[in-house]
Amino acid sequence: MRIIALVCSFCGYASADMAGVTGQSYPASVVPVRMPCTGRLDVSHILSAFRNGADAVMVVGCLEGNCNYQYGNIEARKRVEQARGILAQLGIDGERVEMFNIASNQGWRFAEAVKEMEGRVLRLGPGPVRR
Amino acid sequence: MIIAEQKGIEELIGILEGHKDILVVGCRSCVAICLAGGEKEVGVLSEALRLHSDMRSKGWNISEVTLERACEKEWAYELDQLVEGKDCVISLACGVGAQVIQELFPDVRVVPGLNTSNMGAPEEQGVYNEKCGGCGDCVLHLTGGICPIARCAKSLLNGPCGGSQEGKCEIDPEVPCAWDQIYHSLEKLGRLELMDVPIPPKDWGPSRSGGPRKMVRSEAILTDEQNRMKGGKR
Amino acid sequence: MRSGSNLEKVLEDGRFAVTAEIGPPRSADPEPIRKHARDMKGSADAFNLTDNQTAIVRLSSIASGVVCLQEGIEPVIQMTCRDRNRIAMQSDVLGASALGIRNVLCISGDHQVFGNQKEAKNVYDVDPVQQLMMFRKMRDEAQVWGGDKLEEAPKLFLGAAANPFADPFEYRVRRLSKKINAGADFVQTQAIYDMDRFERWMAQARELGLHEKAHIIAGVMPLRSHKAAMYMKNKVSGMIVPDAVVDRLRTAADPKAEGVKLCVEQIEHLMSIEGVHGVHIMAVAWEEIVPRIVRDAGLLPRPSVREAIVHPYHS
Repeated sequence: MRIIALVCSFCGYASADMAGVTGQSYPASVVPVRMPCTGRLDVSHILSAFRNGADAVMVVGCLEGNCNYQYGNIEARKRVEQARGILAQLGIDGERVEMFNIASNQGWRFAEAVKEMEGRVLRLGPGPVRR
Repeated sequence: MIIAEQKGIEELIGILEGHKDILVVGCRSCVAICLAGGEKEVGVLSEALRLHSDMRSKGWNISEVTLERACEKEWAYELDQLVEGKDCVISLACGVGAQVIQELFPDVRVVPGLNTSNMGAPEEQGVYNEKCGGCGDCVLHLTGGICPIARCAKSLLNGPCGGSQEGKCEIDPEVPCAWDQIYHSLEKLGRLELMDVPIPPKDWGPSRSGGPRKMVRSEAILTDEQNRMKGGKR
Repeated sequence: MRSGSNLEKVLEDGRFAVTAEIGPPRSADPEPIRKHARDMKGSADAFNLTDNQTAIVRLSSIASGVVCLQEGIEPVIQMTCRDRNRIAMQSDVLGASALGIRNVLCISGDHQVFGNQKEAKNVYDVDPVQQLMMFRKMRDEAQVWGGDKLEEAPKLFLGAAANPFADPFEYRVRRLSKKINAGADFVQTQAIYDMDRFERWMAQARELGLHEKAHIIAGVMPLRSHKAAMYMKNKVSGMIVPDAVVDRLRTAADPKAEGVKLCVEQIEHLMSIEGVHGVHIMAVAWEEIVPRIVRDAGLLPRPSVREAIVHPYHS
């Protein structure tokens, strides 16, 4: 199983780090990919992840109102919705992609988010493209 | 500007049946502004088609490019090398751009990736309203700067129909009544008397009803000599 | 006489006119029109045949008008700008005249989104004001639009619609004035429930002298129940139905009888307004009630001007 976590450099990455620092256990199937801000997210990033074998994609930004670039995470939420629309047309369940807003000190929430996505993959089966 | 929106991917996949080497062509003009066919949209659509191809083992080879302005031959010629070996071009330019590309490259099939809708303007980011009907005989000076041809559901020329209520059109409570807007615009301009001027049946000859329109500006046409000097008309 | 129609004669004689509406069937069978014609014969001076009202495909208004002529009642054919360009309009009006139809009501027509042909391309080559200009030219100058001569001009009594309940209110009468200047001989209004607003509108019309330039016929629509009233209030564009009307029907022991009573009261009120020259009864899907309303309103018998009707079937 492979879950791609597109995390922002601020809370997203820090919460993943915090999960490790505080000894949270979470599935090893997650691959965090760091981006400057989730505002940089493009729909094509999500599509690329699936094309390259991802079973699920999670986008992790700061809490709404806490974006380092004001509203990058709000843009990201819209991109995730847009991606779901495209995935639906391609016959891919929209639940395979999710937006999370997690603060840098909430390592436990990052772990829970990964578990949530793992649960979805177990329920939905492998992703659209096997690599 | 031209307002357009992307066709559904499912429809597009149907159109692409039988093709393999596909070039997705966008345009940086109007359709980029209305977020339908600019560089970003070209990237997303291309990636979605690649994903579909990989899911269904279609073996599609998809490349992408975005032109400065697809409706002008000078820019569209930039595809010259890129269409080489392609069996299909998906145009994310408007219907005009798609036709110019097809005309320039008659050996490759150009399919529309957009539904071209109207001549309009962004109201705000993501919201586009039709403004002009391109009727070829402008009456905006009589109608307070609001076009009844494009903006009245019935293209009435002599005032609002009986379905105008509280500023809204009968077809949809979300649609403003153009004649209500015209009335209030003329009121602000102090020209309400224009509402009483009867406008006789319109000459639709200059509109699409008169057949496809061609405009010639003789003073702008280059002479053969000029074309030679400029490096030749292709 | 512009057309020699019964309706024109009644109005020009200064008598209070009665017109009633017949909705053509969604069928090729003319029998429903014949039945309405027989039921309502003698109850009104002329009968409007709607033109694919609410953009639902129905038996054509001109064909329905011919059926009316066969039954010995006078038609007013409605003609929308939605479905015909100027070629078809002028041709149809010549055809209608040739078949003995004299009264034509010029209207924009309900937009096709309301009907059963939502995917249709609408026409709107001309609007109702321009339609009136065109038909008047045909009748008075024996010319089609553009100037070509007609060997025989159509005999037409031209009608326009007016809606005092649409907006902007302060413009509605001026819009009517435009229609009258363009050629409307008579005017039929949208169904009136809000009498105050109608009175204000009539006062404006009198100020412009419109009641002397054209015959204003006030529209009424009998209601069978408070549900019908709610439907008119909420679903029909360009209508105002005061809550008092809805409540009156809701609390009535016999809503149908109350609906008739209300309609008769409305007619009596309208007859008292200066400049109202007639009443137009639109009993949609309740045509059979028309004779009773006309009788209760004291409008029977209708003036005997039958000799004025010119048509090929009964001459």
